[in-house]
Amino acid sequence: MTPEEQKAFEDRIYAYVGVKVCERTAAKDAVNPAMIRHWAEAMGDTNPAYTDETWAANSRRGKTIAPPAMMYAWNQEGFTVTRGRASDPQTDMVELFNEYGFTGVLGTNVTQEYFKEVSPGDTLYLEMEIDSISERKATARGIGYFFETLATFSDQNGEKVGTQRFRVLKFIPQEQPTAATGDDKLEVPTRIPSPRGHDNGWWWQAVDEGKLLIQRCKRCQVLRHPPRPMCGECQSLEWDSIESGMEGEVISYTCLRHPAIPGYPKDPVCAVIKLAEGTNLVANIVGCDYDDVFIGMKLKGRIEQVDEKTTLPQFYPA
Amino acid sequence: MSEYTTLNYADVHVGDKLPELAIDITTGLIVGGAMATRDYEPVHHDKSAAQATGLPDVFMNILTSQGLMSRFVTDWSGPEAVIRKLDLKLGAPNLPGMVMTISGEVTDKDDSSGQVSIAVVGENNIWGMHMQGTVTIALPQEA
Repeated sequence: MTPEEQKAFEDRIYAYVGVKVCERTAAKDAVNPAMIRHWAEAMGDTNPAYTDETWAANSRRGKTIAPPAMMYAWNQEGFTVTRGRASDPQTDMVELFNEYGFTGVLGTNVTQEYFKEVSPGDTLYLEMEIDSISERKATARGIGYFFETLATFSDQNGEKVGTQRFRVLKFIPQEQPTAATGDDKLEVPTRIPSPRGHDNGWWWQAVDEGKLLIQRCKRCQVLRHPPRPMCGECQSLEWDSIESGMEGEVISYTCLRHPAIPGYPKDPVCAVIKLAEGTNLVANIVGCDYDDVFIGMKLKGRIEQVDEKTTLPQFYPA
Repeated sequence: MSEYTTLNYADVHVGDKLPELAIDITTGLIVGGAMATRDYEPVHHDKSAAQATGLPDVFMNILTSQGLMSRFVTDWSGPEAVIRKLDLKLGAPNLPGMVMTISGEVTDKDDSSGQVSIAVVGENNIWGMHMQGTVTIALPQEA
């Protein structure tokens, strides 16, 4: 797009700011117990304020209410959208974005505020406008514009019930999504596989078999970890190993809070652990809160399968 | 009113953690949630329509995410709490087969209004953050 074309496009797009998407319109159905119950069942929400009339009669409110999060549901068009939506200023604006290549769409934020609770018998009215369109932005998804719609809900007496702001990014996709067809099951992520080379594969193999080994120099008997081919003390290439009793204490520790890594537990505690045999090992501390870990804390380890593909030494408070 | 108790404003403290809620995301929940919120957009009930957008299966609609977020908070607060605001940022889609774990923590209290803010995160086990935001509720000021 040349600067002139961009200007021409933006003049057309920004003309939509403040435009009403729909005038104040009544929901097709008044707030009613059947739709509330249907919603509560699907959400697994057992709040008696929504569905238990006996309880509600004795509550502060004196009657049941509709779940506030249902606010937008009452005014939805319904089944007919399976055959496409009728044209309105918002669909026209979206079409204009598409025409200029901003075909990507991503809802980014939705904020609902509630000023008043509604009960069976009330009728919700919706009016909506295009509230704002941002300047052109470079986003991780591609170049685009954020637009925000403002929906205002009121009841049959004209009292304001709530508002909803919905923010959407329209962008030029960096690559077109390819249609998915496979029926493959979603793969549950597992931890990053251990790198198993010539010099350390044997150690991981032992972990898989439930043993924590420590490499030992055959000539001078000094223990070493992580595994490596040569003794740092006597330079011998001859080695064997002993099995650790997996008792140790914390030398240092941290909590990996950010970023969350797929396949790993949230906020894992990682520690340098001095084993009773004398070598250090990096492993997770589990079975207690991060706040309860301290330097010098005694630990007892176990070899455990932590996900479908991974077996690791895990340490617990002794 | 006996079996349902509601927290008092004074009982709640900044830093309080809400009990986690793990929700199995099933096709039934996605389609049922979409129908219950009268959202008949084909991507929420028709697998082939969802696949045409590049996703492997139907995905949860926003109104269901809002519903689960509000349920998570009122499960903890009790039924006399009044929800004032749901403010959420949308992340990765929820698809059948995933498990979404919702966690939350009290982040603010406003003594004059009796309002409590709770930071809520819903993370699914495959793609991470599905929703993240703040729920504001008003709690009774005395028993």
